[in-house]
Amino acid sequence: MSGAFRLSGGLVDRDHRLRFAFNGRQYEGLAGDTLASALLANGVRLVGRSFKYHRPRGIFSAGSEEPNALVTLGEGRAALPNTRATMVELTDGIAAFSQNHLGPLGFDPLAVTDLLAPFLGAGFYYKTFMWPKAFWERVYEPLIRKAAGLGRLPTDPDPRLYDKGHLHCDLLVVGAGPAGLAAARAAGAAGARVILADEGFRPGGRLLAERHEIDGMSGADWAAAQWQALAALPNVRLMPRATALGLYDHGIAGVLERIAPEARAVDKPAEIFWRVRARRIVLAAGATERPLVFPGNDRPGIMLAGAVQAFVNRWAVAPGRRVAILANHDGGEALAAELAGAGLDIAAVIDARGDPQVLGTKGRGGLRSLTLADGRRIACDALAVSGGWSPNLHLAVHRDGKPAWRDDIQAFVPGAALPDGLAVAGAAGGSFGLRDCLDEGTRAGQAAATACGFRPPGAPGFTTDNTQHPPAPFRELSPGQGRAWVDLQNDVTAKDIRLAHREGFRSVEHLKRYTTLGMATDQGKTGNLAALALMAQQTGRGIPETGTTRYRPPYVPVSLGALAGREGGRGFKPVRRTPLHDWSAARGASFVESGLWLRAEWFAQDGESGWRDSVDREVMAVRTAVGICDVSTLGKIDIQGRDAAAFVDFVYCNGFAKLPVGRVRYGLMLREDGIVMDDGTCARLGEHHYLMTTTTANAAPVFQHLEFVRQCLRPDLDVHLVPDTDSWAQIAVAGPKARALLTRLVDAPFDISNAGFPFMACAELTVCGGTKARLFRISFSGELGYELAVPAPFGSALAEAMTGAGADLGVTPYGVEALNVLRIEKGHVSGPELNGQTAPAHLGLRRMAAQGKDYIGRVLAGRTRVDGAETARLVGLLPCDRAQPLTAGAHLLEPGAPRTQAHDLGWISSVAFSPSLGHDIGLALLNDGAARIGTRLRAVDAMAGAEVEVEIVSPHFIDPEGARQRG
Amino acid sequence: MIIYHPLLGPRDSDEFTYLGDASLIDRPDGLAEDAAARFAEYVYMRDNPAGTHRELWFHAAGDQSWLVVTRNTATHEITHVELASDVARARRAGR
Repeated sequence: MSGAFRLSGGLVDRDHRLRFAFNGRQYEGLAGDTLASALLANGVRLVGRSFKYHRPRGIFSAGSEEPNALVTLGEGRAALPNTRATMVELTDGIAAFSQNHLGPLGFDPLAVTDLLAPFLGAGFYYKTFMWPKAFWERVYEPLIRKAAGLGRLPTDPDPRLYDKGHLHCDLLVVGAGPAGLAAARAAGAAGARVILADEGFRPGGRLLAERHEIDGMSGADWAAAQWQALAALPNVRLMPRATALGLYDHGIAGVLERIAPEARAVDKPAEIFWRVRARRIVLAAGATERPLVFPGNDRPGIMLAGAVQAFVNRWAVAPGRRVAILANHDGGEALAAELAGAGLDIAAVIDARGDPQVLGTKGRGGLRSLTLADGRRIACDALAVSGGWSPNLHLAVHRDGKPAWRDDIQAFVPGAALPDGLAVAGAAGGSFGLRDCLDEGTRAGQAAATACGFRPPGAPGFTTDNTQHPPAPFRELSPGQGRAWVDLQNDVTAKDIRLAHREGFRSVEHLKRYTTLGMATDQGKTGNLAALALMAQQTGRGIPETGTTRYRPPYVPVSLGALAGREGGRGFKPVRRTPLHDWSAARGASFVESGLWLRAEWFAQDGESGWRDSVDREVMAVRTAVGICDVSTLGKIDIQGRDAAAFVDFVYCNGFAKLPVGRVRYGLMLREDGIVMDDGTCARLGEHHYLMTTTTANAAPVFQHLEFVRQCLRPDLDVHLVPDTDSWAQIAVAGPKARALLTRLVDAPFDISNAGFPFMACAELTVCGGTKARLFRISFSGELGYELAVPAPFGSALAEAMTGAGADLGVTPYGVEALNVLRIEKGHVSGPELNGQTAPAHLGLRRMAAQGKDYIGRVLAGRTRVDGAETARLVGLLPCDRAQPLTAGAHLLEPGAPRTQAHDLGWISSVAFSPSLGHDIGLALLNDGAARIGTRLRAVDAMAGAEVEVEIVSPHFIDPEGARQRG
Repeated sequence: MIIYHPLLGPRDSDEFTYLGDASLIDRPDGLAEDAAARFAEYVYMRDNPAGTHRELWFHAAGDQSWLVVTRNTATHEITHVELASDVARARRAGR
């Protein structure tokens, strides 16, 4: 037998036994059990310790509202802390562990906290741990964190797979209880595309827990029959184990589907987060039972009455041998008869509306008896408590809706103003009679189908009961006679609420934050209404005037893994590799991330002691022989159309209209506020055809900007744009022997002589015997330079051809680090200078801007202070003692000036060791920089505590006249 | 949110990037006499209404079109979606 507390009957499979472990001890359960029902079947009542006082706690509910029975499922990396035992579908071999205790669960030394409870009321931590300040982080926080809390997160990466997906439907039905099943049947029969999501693993909702007959069938059989009928409809998607977490704009619901949460299936995702776009939604999420507030109401064995009913009827488990019932409505006697019929011994049925009141409870590890105010002691090991039911209205008010109070059921229901397309049916709307639930569900399903253009067939009525037990208004039993819990998970008592009120926290939102009421992982599903009622009593206002705190998604806790889906690890940031990646790797390149790209940073050779050796060698190869560099990552945008010239002229600040075909020009692109957006070259390949290059990082933003200009600002221009970065592999060839190398690659009769193909020329040609290519004579290094582009698949072959053909010329692959040294030696600006704060004038490029045309940024680039004496100018720097290093980011100060912001004159933007010059060089943005050339300043790096005397020079360190690149 | 693209039908807002106030379409003439004052207004001044707002969205993970979306910033209700190029052409024709 699967446990001493197992009864006969129920919806469990007695032929299918499952082994499981709790705190290392082996137990047996049945297929159809939850972890909670299996534990109870084995007589395990104590399952955890409370958050703050380390009180012994047991299973309190049978569903997702569970505040107490949080366990850690699994071990090691796969451990899932704070899992609700009531929601874990029992599978063979699972291992669960209780949480938040220092010793064994039965003897927790931290339970001493409970004895200190008189001192640990609301706000205790705020009031107590204030001095000394130095203790906040070093003493108090570690101590409190160790003592308080729930489960522990594993620190290793989660091994589970998670996924995300989109679903579309005419109707989403939330909840497969009687109302939801009826709604799905009605809409499904009409032909509408229906998704029916239910958080349980067996459909039926309360039909599984209560004893009803519908059309002559038991409730559970009826639910199974509906489910089966729906499964046969091709237009219906059934989603068990799927919780609707939230309702968002435009009818989008977030639905969390649990597939294989225990992570033993490696081929399936543990959870899938669905975004369901539904034209109509029927909220049939049922209701949550509320407990009553009385002294000692938190012991293991004290349980919601509906949960007792569910354990007995659905899982055939007795929560105790002798059960007492405490309810503030007429349902207590009926439940007693039902439980007695199942073979349970009924100790008492106590009417919470009258006297005598419950004065207290006894039993350390679990309930043993109740004491009534008249002195009677009732021996019992389980107490079923009911304070009425609160509709699960969350989704109806997630989009800023206001709940409305209904006095007759003492509960909040969805307000009259519902989100577009959403209807509420059954207990979620406050209708607790079964026939009402079924009728409302049918009507809501029909209405949704009709609204989506379907014609629902007529539906017969249901033959069933419509019993309801409206509760009495809330009252606290035996107030002041002992601690009475309101929020079990965060250990908030009725006394804490009164204290908060005395201390002035009277708005519910303040009450919540001060006492932490409703802020635990269960979001106070069972306790919130009692708290509101207590607060209302204190303030003398009614519950509706007191109001509720705001309902926010998610409805139940959701793992971050499910929200991330596959966008973790490498999926978070995909890697882009250039066509030359493998070729570079084979030549010893190490790679650096540049946006999503991996770019070769340098090519280490045997005998080199560090990266500087490699970079210095590569730089000198470019300056003295020839180097080749993969520049495929530069953005390329193809611009064509009759008005291409006018378009290009409008987006660059310098003139482009008169650029001849077959020529390239450096272009500076501004934002409309006059700050530099990007720079690059733009080649005119034909009368109506330009090829723009962008910096690697700005390829996508520049394209978006150009489309904005084209569509929004200049729809009059006939021009089209195509992003073309990935189509081409492009290699920079630079150095005095660059032409000698390329002469060996270009096909005849192309004339690559200086006269035939001068500086800033471009051409379409063929290379290596017929491969189509584009050649640009441009130079970032200041040397004789070209960039040669071939279709991406030929990239590696071209690089191989270059190294092969130029072996005698000393052809040397170089990486982005050498590229950077070369451009700093030449004084070319790059990312550190184009930092979103600099205008052309700052960079010494003001004279580039055209006068006679309108262009993006024209007006404000001229208007800002950049022409004033106090603004930055790009300058070069040398350390006065050439042996000293410079650091990028250091600030420039006058000799003798104090190290304060007021005396800050600028900062060093780029620094490199120049192998050509034999010492460090730098670029800086310096106030009044042009006038300071020839002077000396201090470069102060406060972070490193370094200070270097520097000489201000022109930013062009090598070949300032530019003779080499033209030669 | 769902944006009803005039050419492509209902699309998830995840496919779009947001720019802001659609008044950016009305770029003043940079060569006009009063350009400085008009550009200061154009670049820096925005209305920030709690209610109906015309704004620019870019279909980055789609057809690369810019849209003018009329959206209620308080409720996220979208009442109108146009191609920005159509709006821009109409504005130019009306000048």
